[in-house]
Formats: sequence, structure tokens, C-alpha cells
Amino acid sequence: MEGLKVSDTNMKVFLHPSKGGDIDGAIHHQLSSMIFKFDDNLDGVLVAYKFDVSSKDAKILNGVHPYFTVSIRATLLLFSPKPNMLVEGKVVKVTRGSISVIVLGFSCAFIKDEDIREEFKYKYKRGKQVYISRYQKRHVIKVGTMIRLSVNSLDVETLHIYGSLRPAHTGSIRFLDKNVEDDGLTDRSNKRRRENEGESVMQEPSTTVIQGLNTKVKPSSIGTEAFSFNNDHYIKKSKKHKTR
Amino acid sequence: MGVELRQDLDMDDGGVYSDYDLALHVKDVLLSVSSGDVVSVENYRELVGRLYPRERHSPDDVAKLVASLKGLSGAASYIDSAVHVGLLSPLFAMSLWNYGPDVMDALIELIISLAASSGKYLDLCLAMLTRHFETPSNFLEKLKLPSGLTKKDQVLTRVHSALKDIADVVPLSPARIVTIVSDRLELYRQMRGTSTHGLVIFVENMLKLEGGALGEVVRVSMLTKVVELLLHLDVEMGSWDKVLQDHGIFQMELEDVDDFTEDFLNDGTEHAREATINDVTLKSFAEKLDTLMVLTFEHLESCEAGGRLSEVFKTLLETFRNKVLTTCKSKFVQFVMFYACALDPVNCGEEFATNLVEIFLYDANLTCLRMRAVAYLASYLSRAMFMSASIVAQTLKRLVGWCFNYVKTKKGGVNPEKDKLFYAACQAIMYLLCFRMRSLMDDPQSKSLLAGLPLESILSTEISPLKACAPSIVKEFLWQANAAGLITAEEFDFDDGLESEYSWVWGGKEELHKLFPFDPCLLRNSDRFIRPNFIYWSMVRRTYDEEKEGSSDEDGDEAFAVDNEENVMDYEILQCLEEQQFDEVDNALNKMSITPKDSLHNRFGGAINKPMRMPSRIRPSTSPESI
Repeated sequence: MEGLKVSDTNMKVFLHPSKGGDIDGAIHHQLSSMIFKFDDNLDGVLVAYKFDVSSKDAKILNGVHPYFTVSIRATLLLFSPKPNMLVEGKVVKVTRGSISVIVLGFSCAFIKDEDIREEFKYKYKRGKQVYISRYQKRHVIKVGTMIRLSVNSLDVETLHIYGSLRPAHTGSIRFLDKNVEDDGLTDRSNKRRRENEGESVMQEPSTTVIQGLNTKVKPSSIGTEAFSFNNDHYIKKSKKHKTR
Repeated sequence: MGVELRQDLDMDDGGVYSDYDLALHVKDVLLSVSSGDVVSVENYRELVGRLYPRERHSPDDVAKLVASLKGLSGAASYIDSAVHVGLLSPLFAMSLWNYGPDVMDALIELIISLAASSGKYLDLCLAMLTRHFETPSNFLEKLKLPSGLTKKDQVLTRVHSALKDIADVVPLSPARIVTIVSDRLELYRQMRGTSTHGLVIFVENMLKLEGGALGEVVRVSMLTKVVELLLHLDVEMGSWDKVLQDHGIFQMELEDVDDFTEDFLNDGTEHAREATINDVTLKSFAEKLDTLMVLTFEHLESCEAGGRLSEVFKTLLETFRNKVLTTCKSKFVQFVMFYACALDPVNCGEEFATNLVEIFLYDANLTCLRMRAVAYLASYLSRAMFMSASIVAQTLKRLVGWCFNYVKTKKGGVNPEKDKLFYAACQAIMYLLCFRMRSLMDDPQSKSLLAGLPLESILSTEISPLKACAPSIVKEFLWQANAAGLITAEEFDFDDGLESEYSWVWGGKEELHKLFPFDPCLLRNSDRFIRPNFIYWSMVRRTYDEEKEGSSDEDGDEAFAVDNEENVMDYEILQCLEEQQFDEVDNALNKMSITPKDSLHNRFGGAINKPMRMPSRIRPSTSPESI
């Protein structure tokens, strides 16, 4: 899955004097209030965080209320889906005109019929609404299916993703992964070569590597570092595949 | 659109258009309108025209409306906020109250589809749904009829179900619902002409949200908002007291309130009119508050039955700590906590007491907050019939322990400003013992604990709390403590003034020396819930009663139990007269802490019990104006 990044950031948190008794609690409160909201400075949605107070010195600001500034070093998990990125989510609703997906448990993704490639055909089967591939009968999208979709755009206010199933490598993850594995069995040498080259294969789910990006968090930030995020699930699958 | 406009629509076997056909047609209409050709614009106008309310809907109109809504629902993702403004505006103005179940279902389906299709419409859809928490005034009358109740059920069931369906597709929507409902409640409350019934239905829906599938996310906000609303009404009634006092209304007898306002009105003065308006306002606030309190109590009962009272109580406790405890004039809203505690004394009841003790003991808290906490604690434990003697004894031990440590470091005379926290704690201890001493003495374990408390060394210290606390409490306490052998101090010669020369100083502007928040609740309907769990002063047996009764009933576990026949009669008379008294003062909410004892003694010439001064008589809970 793309769009997730871990960012190590220097931040300054402004606290009310009444919070002086519980600095950690106040910082948690401040950072928690940013969760699941799009932040322009972070260029993404804060999903999780951890922090350390980097300096015991707190600067007191002049003003009616003498707020004080605490410097922290925070590790932030950010979700920042950009157009054409591939994200994954669980299908929660299928209608003739659309598919609704929940990404990472908090973001709603909507794919309307004209963004679903012609390969998929809508069917009403045994009381359930499904999309079935015309060429691969086992490629089915129904409520509960984990799918991979391409991002068209993001509504930063409501974290609403407008998605698409137009690209060929989108659809049911289970089906796509199995297909890749089958391909792998028949073309193991190709795969080994790719691994040796160490390329980041964002479109190969069995070895997905998510790379963190440098982010400028606050104007006052001293610097940021990039982190890489490995999806263990897929790696395990690869190993399993190798041991076969 | 529909039948006339699209002749080439495919028909299914039954010869009617399927939902998909409708969706395709509406999609065409929506997409073609921007082309500007006459037919497309005409089709679009016809579609929009069907969404506007009409005085009467013929069956044909209803069928076309349902078809239009279903078509729009299927083509929701093609609605463009820039191009189709004319369609969205009547759509979001539609009200389920005006339509039958078929239209309701189609409209709900469309709203859910719209909310899921684009983030732009999410807030509008949620606002449209939650607007149904407000019952239109023309429907409020109808709600008294069975058909009205059916309609209400049809509308609100669909609204709540739709909110849940939207949350299933848009996980963050409950957080937005919270904001929308909170803002709407504030507007609705302030709106002229908002009736009690309307407000009650709104709050009923908020509590339904809290108890529903979205409860986990919206619980804290909904309960906090409800408590804030109660608090607002509560405080508004306090300000009414002040206006009345300014106009000298307290000089009259309470039961003459109506006559007084009538005469005053005829008087024609500006003050008279203002007073009358305020009287009407008070009644309106009292009615709203009473009904909403009952609704909250019933909700707490349902939480208890559903096994989730502890979760709700956590939120209530937090809200109490942040909102109620920091408000200086609440008289009623604290009974929500009282009733929650009464429903689960072992968990909630004890947790409430422990929390109050913790707030009092925690040094970092503001002094006035700690003083309020200890006043609440004393009043709560004095009045809560469901709290065991052992909890009361343990709490007393902690309070006395704190006081003992405090006096060890203090020297010099009475300093009401400097030692106000200490005086507040001492008054709380004495007040609590006025109510509970006998019950504690009857319990062997508590008795030994009580006997071991260094009460005398605290009271006889140089900073002399007996001089600074309210004389009536001190006097009653000394009577009882002497009789119980807890102290050997000589009787103090106090007059029965409401406060000593020092108490008003340490009580401060907020008059914390007169804060007894759990004095009898005079809201008639709310009192029905509180009364069975409440200790009235008339029910309390004092330690010195024993001398008169011949100490034949020491085994009773509860001090307020009435053991012998004579006392049963006395108790019944007291109860009867107490109720009568409450009826008389029901309209005079400023007299929250009025007790019937004194008047009973007057009526019976002091024959019922040993004549004495009531601690609860001396203070009018949080309302200083009512003295």
C-alpha cells in the first residue's frame, strides 16, 4: 500500500500554563487532536505518533497568558494519498453504480461506475451485489473483499478518497496476489533478478515497500528524516513462497 | 423525467421501470443539463420541481417523487455541486415529517448515497438528517395522538438508521455528527418558541444516539452536551431568583406568588411587568429542566438495564468534574450524579465519593474547587440513603486525617480567609456527622473507627473551627457528639443565625459556607426518582434521641429507620407534612433547602420530637438569595 509514510520530526508544542503539572499529558492531548485530520504542514493525515521531549528547556512566550513552548522530537505515521497512488481497503458497500471502500479504517473511498474498468461486470447474485471480472471468474469484488484501488483525488476536509479501478493492477488483493504468486512460480528467475536489483516494486504487492518522505512539519522544524516502512505481511508471503 | 420524458427506457417483465432505468435516465438528465439545450433544461426543471413541497400530494405526485428520488439515488455520484445547486437546495430542505413511508425510504436512500459519494455533501446530509431531531411545531400537537406517535417513530427510526448506515461507509462521520448536533442544539435552545416538548424530543434523540450503534464515538459529547443544557437551565433559574429578590418578592408568602404577580401586573409598573415575565420564564425553565431531568434519569435506568451504566458514569463523572463542580449556582443538575449513584451504589456510588475526596485532597487543585468538592461530598454522603456506614466512616477518616495534619502546623487565632479550606472541611465533617452520627454509632466497626478519630483535638485548636463554621451546624453537631460521647466540650452558646461572623469570610463571594448541593430536589417529577433514595432530615435519628426513646433500638443498622410505633406515626406525619410543604414551595425554587421541621414544630407545639435546630435549615443550598 502506498501513501503511508513515517516521518521523524522536530516540533514545538505550545502549552497553556495550567498544563504545567502534566506536560506529557498535555502534549498527548495536543497531538491527539491532530489525529485523523489533514494537516497542510505535515502534508498528510496524522494516523499515529510517538514523541520524546527533546529539551528540558521550555521557552515562555509573552502575552496575556504566558504560554510556554516545549520542543519535542516526534515520530509520525502519516497518510498522504496522492493521485495514481495505490491504496488498499475493505469494501463496505456495492451498488450498481458504485463501490464504497474503507481505507485504513478511517478514510472513505468511493469508486463510481465510470471509474470501474469494463472488465468488471455488475451482478446481483444470491441476494448480494457483486462485481465479477468478465475474464477471470474468480476475480470477484463484494462486501468484505479487500481491494487495491488507484487514487484519483482526496477531499482533505472529509478525508474522502475518489478512487478508481481503471488500472489493470487494481481489484481484489487476494486475487491479484495469487496471480502474482502464480506468475512467480512460472518465472522465478525474473523475480530473483528483480530482488537482486533491489528495486522498489510498488506495484508488486508481494514485496511492497513503503517509503517515507521528507516532510516539513512546522516552520520551526530543525530537520526531518526519511524512514522506510516494510510490510511484514507481504515479506512473509515472499519467504513462504521461497521455502516451497 | 420518468414516464413521460423517456420513452425509450427499458422495461422489465412487469412493464414498470426498474431502479436502474430510473438511475440511467436521471444520470442523462443531470449530465445533459449543462449542454443548455431546451429539452434537457426542461427535463432538469421538472426533476427539480418535484422536490419542492406541495400543499397536497396526489398519489401520482407521490409516485413521481419516489421515482425521482430513486433515480437520483442511483445517479448520486453524478450530482455536481456547481451545476446542480438548484436541485440540492430543495433536496436538503425536504423534511421526512411531510411525507409517507415510501417517500421517506426513497429520500433516506438518496441521502445515504449522496453522503457516501462525495465529501462535499457529507455535512449537508448529516445536517439534513439531524434537523429531524427538531419536531416541527405543527406536529408537536399531533404527537399526543397515536397516529402522531407512529409518525414520530417512522421518522426518527429512519433518521437514526441512516446515520448508522452513513457511519458504516464514512467512518469519521460520527465525529461530524457530534459537532452538527451540538451546534444545532444550541441554536434550537435559543430559538424563540422552542417548547419544552420540542426540546425534550431533541434531547431524547441525543440520548438515543448515545445509546445506539454510534454510542462509542458520540457518548462523551452527547452526555456532556445534555449535562451542559441542564446546567444552563439550572443556572438561568438562579438568575431569576436574583431578579425577584431585587423586586422584594421574597417578602411575600410563597404560596401567594401567583396573586402577587397578578397584583403586580395590575399595578402597571415596569418592575411588575418584568417580574411577571420572569415568573413565566422561571416556570418555563423549571418545566424544561424537570422534564429533561426525568428523561435523563430514565436514560440512566436503561443504561443500567443494558449493563453499560459504568461507561456512562465515567463520562458523567468527567462532566461533573469539569462543568458542574465548577459552577457555583447549580441546584438540580447534580441529582443526575446522585441518581446514577443510586442505581449502582457499589460501583458508581463509591466512585463518586472517592473522586470527591481525591479532588479535595489533591494539592494542585484550586482552593475553591477543593472547597466545593468537600461540600458536595458532605451533602452527598449525608443524603444518599444507599451509601453504607462503612464508606461514610472511611471517608470521615480521610477528611479528619487531613484536618489533623493541617492543624498540627497552624497557630494563631481564627483566620477565615487563610484557613478557608480547613473550615470548609470541618463544616463538612460536622454536617455529615449531624446526619450520620447515629447510624455510625450503631455499627460496631464504624463506632470504633469514629471513636478513634481526633475530632476533639481538631475542634479545640487555636484556629477554632467551631467559631468559624455555621452556628446551627456546630450546635447540632455538639448536641449529638456530646450525646454519643465523642467529645466532652461544653455547649457553645450560639444564636441560630445563618452564619457566624467568620463563615461569610471563608465562604467568599460564592458563599461556599452555604453550599449544600444535595438539599431536597424541589422539581416535582424529578423528585419521584430521588425521593426513595434520599435521606430527609425528618428521617434522621439523632444520638440524643436515644435518651428519650429509652435506647431500645440500638440494633437498627440505619439511623433513619423508624422502629417503634410512636416513631412510625411521627414519621408518617412528618412525611405527609413534608410532602405538603414541598407542594407549597414547589413554585418557589429559591427555597431549595427549606426544611419542614421548624414549621412542624410550630404546628405541633414541638410535640413530635425533641425541639432542635436543623443543620439543613440554615442554608439554602447554592442560592444565597433565598435566605
